[in-house]
Amino acid sequence: MTERERWPERPARFETLSGIPIEPLYTPASLRDWSHDEQLGRPGEYPFTRGVYPTMYRGRLWTMRMFAGFGRPEDTNARFKYLLAQGQTGLSTAFDMPALMGYDADHPRARGEVGKEGVSISTLDDFERLFADIPLGDVTTSMTINCTASVALAMYLAVAEKQGVAWERVGGTMQNDMLKEFIAQKEWICPPEPAVRIVVDMIEFTSKHVPRFNPVSISGYHIREAGATAVQELAFTLADGLGYVEAACARGLDIDSFAPRLSFFFDIHNDFFEEIAKLRAARRLWARFMKERFGAKKPESMRLRTHTQTAGVSATAQQPLNNIARVALQALAAVLGGAQSLHTNSYDETWALPTEEAVTVALRTQQIIAEESGVALTIDPLGGSYYLETLTNQMEEAAHDYIRKIDAMGGIVRAIDAGYPQREIADAAYRCQLMEDRRDKIVVGVNKYLMPEERPINYLRIDAAVEREQVERVGRFKAARDPAKVERRLKQLADACREPRNVMPVLVDAVKDYVSLGEISDVYRRVFGLYREPIIF
Amino acid sequence: MVERSIRVVVAKPGLDGHDRGAKIVARALRDAGFEVIYTGLHQTPEQIVATAIQEDADAIGLSVLSGAHNYLFQRVLELLAEHGAADIAVFGGGIIPPEDIAALKAMGVKELFTPGTSTQDIVRFVREHIRAAV
Repeated sequence: MTERERWPERPARFETLSGIPIEPLYTPASLRDWSHDEQLGRPGEYPFTRGVYPTMYRGRLWTMRMFAGFGRPEDTNARFKYLLAQGQTGLSTAFDMPALMGYDADHPRARGEVGKEGVSISTLDDFERLFADIPLGDVTTSMTINCTASVALAMYLAVAEKQGVAWERVGGTMQNDMLKEFIAQKEWICPPEPAVRIVVDMIEFTSKHVPRFNPVSISGYHIREAGATAVQELAFTLADGLGYVEAACARGLDIDSFAPRLSFFFDIHNDFFEEIAKLRAARRLWARFMKERFGAKKPESMRLRTHTQTAGVSATAQQPLNNIARVALQALAAVLGGAQSLHTNSYDETWALPTEEAVTVALRTQQIIAEESGVALTIDPLGGSYYLETLTNQMEEAAHDYIRKIDAMGGIVRAIDAGYPQREIADAAYRCQLMEDRRDKIVVGVNKYLMPEERPINYLRIDAAVEREQVERVGRFKAARDPAKVERRLKQLADACREPRNVMPVLVDAVKDYVSLGEISDVYRRVFGLYREPIIF
Repeated sequence: MVERSIRVVVAKPGLDGHDRGAKIVARALRDAGFEVIYTGLHQTPEQIVATAIQEDADAIGLSVLSGAHNYLFQRVLELLAEHGAADIAVFGGGIIPPEDIAALKAMGVKELFTPGTSTQDIVRFVREHIRAAV
């Protein structure tokens, strides 16, 4: 009897979630051609594999930033204040679907959606209530908004001005990643080219006037949630990033004037080591692209700083408390991967927006990792692991292959026009579903370890009065304005869109006159036309 | 008499862009031998009902993850009734809390599938509960 027969392996799939085969054991032989100095280097130094800052979490812990937004602006404002009181260190805003798609609360297309999936915003009045008593010079705010991000930035700056906070002191992040909208999250107004042009307007504007602001958060999260593998998420996200850098350079901006303020956002899914490897590979790939492809000189331009969020798609509606364990493991992977900020999902999010109780558990999970577990006491504690370094190399190579394919298509905008990333993701999502249906992939509580009796959980309900009140209020604000002034602002915007001239200065003036998000979006719709998606399934 | 195959419109009503589930269901139903029309995103209830009538559909599957399900499902049911097309069955799925599921079913929604449902369960539902119009 051979050793193998005496010690047979379990009948399991020994591969990562992306399908990379996993060996039984990794040894120095796995890293034969590997060089510590070339592949790792020191933290805070090129190629940043071990982290973007020299001291990492010994210097400062990651930002604990819980995504929040629902109902009226004052409802979300109260949740913001609660989270800050619980020790959260940054704000993150969720907007409702009408705001995300460029409709005011009183638009017919907003019926049934106001304040449901995020906070309702139509005019500066709503933004003022959203950030009431929150000092915008001290707190940084992230905003998950894309095709209307230019409006949100204008409103945020207008609120800061009213608070007496100079723009130079305002810090935060706009998601503003339109390319991934076409690939995955699917909230859009106009086609990719004008959409990217507005993104570049914001990159240019913030680099000059709001230097502490990250004008775009290049996001893999939605790509992954839509069904991409970790490798696809890594590849398509970096390809999107390259797309913005190319567009900004084509406008004549100096790479080192804006690249330090580009930030990223990755999903952290179930496969613990693959997720850690993904973040390390992302940093190394980005650093090399910035230096070698774009000739960046400043180290800050080569530094991939990233927000992370645990994988919403991995949460289960069945036995929802199990999600707390999933989130803890994913959050640990984000930290071991060297994330700059982290949102931990709440266990009840497969039912509705999270309750305060569920959000608190999610935040405490981060605090336990930060202050009890000891993992934040040294830098990149898993660096040098035969397995992790092998996997980091494999992720890097596999993602680079995809990027070469996209380059050959003429770049990411052409690839999106051809439906390439969309199709890759839809195929991966379908494959994953079939594996779960066949129990080739185990989901605890869903296709294994089922429990017949499920206790109902408490969840957050959005009162129907929210929509009525918001509709009534935006109507009142619109009626009180000087229509000639509003028309003038909208014409200035249309002219800036057409000329083309940077839209941001015009937008800041417009929102101060209470020109609404929907009215501004109507100008975008009229001037740039509507995007029509290719139907792929 | 040869029975024609069951025709299902899979639709994304409202402003919600989460189409992973809708696409998987559309593909699973197509692979199971049904005729599937996927509307794409951001459809109004009016557009969905018009598509279903025009395509002579036997059922509409709605996917909503934005919390706007109560309004959107009800509107689709109302419009079907107004157009004399109440024989088109409506089912759906998404992030829908239990008490809303009960209310929507009472309103006439045939079935609602929540996260964790296997594609086989949805295929079985269509096979057992949807009949092709003659």
